Amino acid sequence: MSDAIQMIVMPKWGLAMQEGMVAQWHVAEGAKITKGQEIVDIETSKIANVFESPISGTLRRLVVKDGETVPVAYLIGVVAEESVTDAEIDAFVEDFKANFVFDAAGAGGPEPEDATTAAGRIRYLEMGDGEGAPIVFIHGYGGDLNNWMFNQEELSAGHKTYAVDLPGHGGSTKDVGDMGLRGLAAAVVAFMDTKDIAKAHLVGHSMGGATALLLALEQPDRVASATLVAPAALGDEINMDYINGFIEEKRAKKLRPVLEMLVGDPSLISKDMVEDVLKFKRLDGVDAALKKLRDALMPGGKQAGSLRDGLAGLKVPVQILWGEVDQVLPVGHSEGLPASIKVTRFAGVGHMPHMEKAAETNELIRALAG
Amino acid sequence: MPKKTYRQAINEALRQEMERDHRVILMGEDISGGMGAPGEQDAWGGPLGVTKGIMPVFTRDRVLDTPITESAFIGAAAGAAATGLRPVAELMFVDFMGVCFDQIFNQAAKFKYMFGGKAVTPLTIRTMYGAGFRAASQHSQCLYPLFTHIPGLKVALPSNAYEAKGLLATAIRDDDPVMFFEHKAMYDDEAEVPDEAYTIPFGEANVTREGDDVTIIAFGRMVNFANEAADNLEKSGISCTVVDPRTTSPLDRDTILETCEETGRVVVVDEAHPRCNMATDIAAMCAQEIFGALKAPVKMVTGYHCPVPFSPALEDLYVPNAAKIEAAVREVAGKGH
Repeated sequence: MSDAIQMIVMPKWGLAMQEGMVAQWHVAEGAKITKGQEIVDIETSKIANVFESPISGTLRRLVVKDGETVPVAYLIGVVAEESVTDAEIDAFVEDFKANFVFDAAGAGGPEPEDATTAAGRIRYLEMGDGEGAPIVFIHGYGGDLNNWMFNQEELSAGHKTYAVDLPGHGGSTKDVGDMGLRGLAAAVVAFMDTKDIAKAHLVGHSMGGATALLLALEQPDRVASATLVAPAALGDEINMDYINGFIEEKRAKKLRPVLEMLVGDPSLISKDMVEDVLKFKRLDGVDAALKKLRDALMPGGKQAGSLRDGLAGLKVPVQILWGEVDQVLPVGHSEGLPASIKVTRFAGVGHMPHMEKAAETNELIRALAG
Repeated sequence: MPKKTYRQAINEALRQEMERDHRVILMGEDISGGMGAPGEQDAWGGPLGVTKGIMPVFTRDRVLDTPITESAFIGAAAGAAATGLRPVAELMFVDFMGVCFDQIFNQAAKFKYMFGGKAVTPLTIRTMYGAGFRAASQHSQCLYPLFTHIPGLKVALPSNAYEAKGLLATAIRDDDPVMFFEHKAMYDDEAEVPDEAYTIPFGEANVTREGDDVTIIAFGRMVNFANEAADNLEKSGISCTVVDPRTTSPLDRDTILETCEETGRVVVVDEAHPRCNMATDIAAMCAQEIFGALKAPVKMVTGYHCPVPFSPALEDLYVPNAAKIEAAVREVAGKGH
């Protein structure tokens, strides 16, 4: 097997993904592709997204055609130097097909675990290994650890990573007591204490971004860096139609338009994603937890406790990512910040840059976290 | 999310509700097994093992094996519900309703109405229904239409393990009598079921497929066949909406009528006998409410007007399946085989 031949394989997006469909290639055989380039649309029952090339080179062969479904880790394309002959590529593909064994258990990948912390049960997903400070991912309001399906595995090359479910969310305790932002931050610290994490690179989205920012401000000794994706707590405006719709809508048909506010391209919201949110909301204690967090963080329909004034005193590196067409938190909240904070804005992207522009987001996180 | 069988999902819902509320008790024939006798205890856990393992945890105080006298223990459960407990009684086969029907439809169902709205009767009756088990005419009937007919009863028909756990929790927490129908051919069917407790509201249909050409309304086990038919039909260019009403009483008329109106072509799938069943109910609703939107006669896929046959070959012919649903859809869509 020549080093000159590189594989592009079906990615694994999220814990449940076992197979995916190549919906449409954006590039033809023979095209030069670069790492990070959007090369193919991939669909699963859970999600449809564009896949960005993990490598650069000449795309010599499209092994899986539009409309075909293959297991995770199956060869979908071959990148090779000009010097490699077609016959060698044929042999490589044949060899792959002959030896490919679908590992259903392996395809399941690492499973989330429960940690018993001072803040109660916290579910988390651990991946990867590395010397430096680990990366801890903190989702937003109504989200869970699966929100990082395009980021965590990618960043686990070189880092130990943890994605957590905040209290009231996912598989964590649904008892949020009278928790506000400070309570959520305490829960993250409680989790870090339980896992003996002295210091972490925090990556937080929305409410989780505000949580990470609060920790960067108040406990800089625990924070190596913070990447804030469309963070809350930088102004008082917030789209309460989204928040209240998320809480109140109990039917798929009514919930879908609410979830579509999250993204620039509504077709990213799959039927299964809507179902998963409904299933989460049916769990005992979730409705009460969501309402309590809403009332603590957004009393009277405005965000409480802006952290903007403290930013000049930040002692740890912080960067901010925002989508230009964010319908939940206004992108304007990323303006007028101290120059020490790097701000990256994405055109055509909504409230979920880490899903909508995963490769760029991962690159920026890697640049800050090393 | 962990996969669990229909059987495990029901067992888990019972345990979690018993843990959550000390007033929840279980009663029925052999639901544990051996009570009052010197032999092995909890040997049965119900005829198909659904309640196995619960008695050793919650003790004989809360898991009662009853005599083979449905009239007595269903009546006792109704009385216990009216006086402060939240019993879950197992009527082993719904076919046995004949001997305890008065306790259900004239007593439990009427308390709230006859005592000025002041009486609550939080009674859940779990019962097995359906054909496909080679159990002949006295152990294979559907009969949920009979209970749906009666005001004061709620009727749930979970179509898979996820639905079963959530609907059973709702049934047990509900203050009215609920008939909870478990299809005996589904106990080994698996689905993703959360470990944590959750509830699925009654009277809220689940739209399992969304399409443009034909709407299939299916009940209980039939939802799975309808989904299978819809997936097959999709490949030949017919796209179907599939609706699982989840409960026949209350019935989510809004979702049913809205989805039927959207396509104008309706197939109703009901395992029960064809007269006065859920299929006729939905067909009448469509005729009354959305007549102008219908593009073809409503088609019903049901059992036959005969007892469920004992002959395996005939029983297989009796039960609706994906092929029959596909044929019905093609007919209303105006597209032959």
